[in-house]
Amino acid sequence: MDRGVLTIAGERQDPVPAEEDGVTVYAQERFAGAFRRVVSLPEEADAGKVDATYRDGILRITVAKHEASKPRRIEIS
Amino acid sequence: MSSELQTSGRNTPQATRDETTRDQPFVVPPVDIYENESGITLLADLPGVSRERLGVRVDGETLIVEASASTAQPEGMQLIYGEAQYPSYRRQFTLSRELDSSRIEAALKDGVLKLQIPRREEAKPRRIEVRVG
Repeated sequence: MDRGVLTIAGERQDPVPAEEDGVTVYAQERFAGAFRRVVSLPEEADAGKVDATYRDGILRITVAKHEASKPRRIEIS
Repeated sequence: MSSELQTSGRNTPQATRDETTRDQPFVVPPVDIYENESGITLLADLPGVSRERLGVRVDGETLIVEASASTAQPEGMQLIYGEAQYPSYRRQFTLSRELDSSRIEAALKDGVLKLQIPRREEAKPRRIEVRVG
């Protein structure tokens, strides 16, 4: 996270061996290599409260909103 | 040599429809397939799929991979942008007779399925010793 911009980057190694040693490749559709994605977050995103979990190949990032931007109920006395 | 495994369906990122069995849209997962002397290795991208939601079966000469990704949407939240929905996956392959479908090994890690399908023993290349008489 940098100035309201969330960057996700990683790399997947190519597990398919080179076409040598008697290995024949029939299909190579899966992505391999480095990847990167940049998402700009709204102003109310709190960079100090970012949580990330990774499970079954899915990355879930939770970014909290600033307390000040949450709706508040004002009590009338 | 011709392809040992014939794939049915291209790598289409958008959901396609299965006319025969179900009306539900599904995604054809991208695969890598390679072969060496001992058999075929198949890798399939199934992000969001846990072991309980994955089905790999062999019906005659057809290998079928079916899976559904977890639909654990955060509670009380509204989707404002969606590129990575949780889909159903389906893809089938025709197995060569040279392969031994009774000894397929399957492993699932980080949303990637790895299938190892050995060749039948009699279909493996053998080296014949030549004796000098």
